Order: sequence, then structure tokens, then C-alpha cells
Amino acid sequence: MDLINLGIRSIFIDNMVFAYFLGMCSFLAVSKKVSTALGLGAAVIFVLTVTVPVNWLLNEYVLKEGALTWVNAELATVDLTFLRFIMFIAIIAAMVQLVEMVVEKFAPALYGALGIFLPLIAVNCAILGGSLFMAQRDYTLAESAVYGFGSGTGFFLAIVALAAIREKLKYSAVPNGLKGLGITMLLTGLMGIAFMSFMGIDL
Amino acid sequence: MSTETVEKAIEKKPAEALFSKRRKKLITDPLVDDNPITIQVLGICSALAVTTQMKPTLVMAISVIFVIVMSNLVISIMRNTIPTRVRIIVQLAVVATLVTLVSEVLRAFAYDMYKELSVFVGLIITNCIVMGRLEAFALGNKPYDSVLDGFGSALGYSWIILTVAFFRELWGSGSVFGIPVFEYISGIFGPDFKLATNGLMVSPVGAFIILGLIIWVQRTKTGYVEH
Repeated sequence: MDLINLGIRSIFIDNMVFAYFLGMCSFLAVSKKVSTALGLGAAVIFVLTVTVPVNWLLNEYVLKEGALTWVNAELATVDLTFLRFIMFIAIIAAMVQLVEMVVEKFAPALYGALGIFLPLIAVNCAILGGSLFMAQRDYTLAESAVYGFGSGTGFFLAIVALAAIREKLKYSAVPNGLKGLGITMLLTGLMGIAFMSFMGIDL
Repeated sequence: MSTETVEKAIEKKPAEALFSKRRKKLITDPLVDDNPITIQVLGICSALAVTTQMKPTLVMAISVIFVIVMSNLVISIMRNTIPTRVRIIVQLAVVATLVTLVSEVLRAFAYDMYKELSVFVGLIITNCIVMGRLEAFALGNKPYDSVLDGFGSALGYSWIILTVAFFRELWGSGSVFGIPVFEYISGIFGPDFKLATNGLMVSPVGAFIILGLIIWVQRTKTGYVEH
């Protein structure tokens, strides 16, 4: 039950885009068409679901204070948390590469759809943000998997919804200075208000 | 290699002034005409979340200035030795090291601020401006120019997030840098005159709307139109 609650929370209430501004760069850049937004959204779900649990393992068994006890009891006082950023980003870059190769080998059709988005994702703030939040909030392995999937889904929903609105927006007369980024920021604000209505829901 | 000969030829020219016209442009261009946030649409990710108050925003801006300038310098010094195929991972390693440095310094000397900024210091790594400047400038230019370019971009980023923070803190909490401006104003005009704060400004929505409006004003002034 807690897991379902966490999943719902990470999709709607703690939405990556509307609550934490993560992944904004690709959110704004790749939301011009619904089809590409679908591709990027799916890739983000995929990568977040994989990298957050993997980084959990890394954090739990290598980086945390006393995490290296399983190697040698003398290492119980070693605290490698300062290596967190560099290790997480390395894992993310490596996992993205791996996922790309696996998908290319076993699901060429999916690769065709996701292909160009996968390398982009290594430097997407939402991915690193997911892992950092996981470490900060002391999730368990199951929780981190649910959290990864949930926050990916939240990003997916947000980017697809925005792309749908922007497709319709082409037919409206927007003032020159607001065209593109400006109107998109205002739109995101309004969507954020809509997502605020989920606040306080506790299953 | 041909690139080396070209560089030698350039080196033989008389030394360029420390702040020549071209170098000044490197700093001033990203401030308004080519602003990383409002024109290039980069680096919106990690920064907006900290702009509810001026103080953390200032710390964030200083951290980003440090990271961009230093990473531009390091990458620019190493630019001829980095193989193209692995350049992204090299850049990430350099940036992540610098960000770790910033984060550890904050933790040691400003623990409250470290807690307040939480994961967003770490997210400077994936700030697109950093990677963007490394890719677009530092990989192909000399160290001093790269430092200037990084400094300009970071300043352009800083003034935008500080402006957003100013309005969000003023309207959301009624203060600037923690100084309760609204209370002073009420004090001048007597107890009946009360300025209300707007909770929407403190929430993420406020940041989107303020930034949208800043972009509108800024683009109308520069005449930049996106198609």
C-alpha cells in the first residue's frame, strides 16, 4: 500500500516537472510534436526505472557510511558519500549506453522510436535528480524502483500533455515576444496549477 | 597535424589586448542578446527550484559561475588531448568533480545553505549551460577566451535567476534578502495599510509565470522572435 501511495505521489504530487523543475530543458525543447514527446517520455520512464534501483545498489553497498562492511569489517568507518555525484552520473551514462545497445539488439523497432533520445537523456536533470532524491530520502530497493517508474511516468504525462497543447497553439495569434519559450513557460505554469489540485491526496 | 600549424600561425600574431573588443563581446553577448536562459533556452532545469528566496539563489548563482568558469578552463586546457568519442564522459567527470568541490565547501562552511539547496547543487552537473558552453566553446578555443565566455554565460544566467528570485520573494514572502520590506511599508502608512503576500509566488507555478513574463519583456526589447 505504501508503494502504491509512493507511486501516485511521484507521478502527480511530486511531479518532476511541475514540483521540482527537473528535465526542463528537454521538456521545452522536445515538446513541439506529440509523437516525439511520446518517444522521449517513454525513454525517460525506461531509463529512470533502470538507473534509480541501480544507483540504490551502488549507494547502499559502496558509497554510504559503513556500506563497505561487507568487504571487510575494518572498512565500517569509510564514508564515500562525497563521491556520490561523480558515481551516479557515471552509472547513468553507462546505463544509458547499455540500454541503448540492448534495445538496438533486441527491439529494433523500439530503437527506431527511442534511438535519438537515449543519448540526450544522459544529461537530463530528471534522471540524476531521481537518483539524488532517492539517496536523500533513504528509500528501500522496492521503493526506489517504484519511485523511478513513478517519476518517469510523471514526466511522460507532463511532456505529452504539453506537446498536445503546443500542437493546438500553432493556430493561435501569440504576441511576438511571447512566441515559443515565453508562452510555453506560461502554459507550464497553468498546467502546474492543474497538478496542484492533487496536493494533499494521501492514499 | 594541420590544426597545430594553424594554431602556431595564430600564436605568432601580436598578442591581443587583455580586454579587446572581441573579448568584451564574449562577456557582454550572453547578458542580453544571446542570454542562455531567455534566448538559448538552456539551464532552466536546476535553477528555478531555488528561486523562492534571494539568498539561496545568490549562492546558486555563485556556484554556477564557479563551475562554468572552472570547467571551461580545464576542458579548454585539455582540449587537444581529449579523444572526440569519449569527450562527453570526460566533460561529465570534470564537471562532476567541480560540483562535488562546491558541494563539500558548502557543507563545511554553510551547512544551512547546503541543506536548503539539497539536491539542486548536485544538479548543476546536468545544467545544460555548463555542457553547452563546453561543447560549443571550450573544446575549440584557448583557455583565457573560454574563461571569459564561461563567465559571460554564467552572468547572463545569474541575473535572470536573481530577477526571478527578487519578484518571487518580494511578492511571495514580502521580503528581499530576508529583509521584511512589506512590514516596513505597512509601518510607514499605519496599521490599516497592509500589503498581502501571494502564496502562488512561493509555489513552482510562480516561477514559471514570472520567468515567462521576464522572457516576454526581454524578447520584446531585443526584438528576438522564435519561429
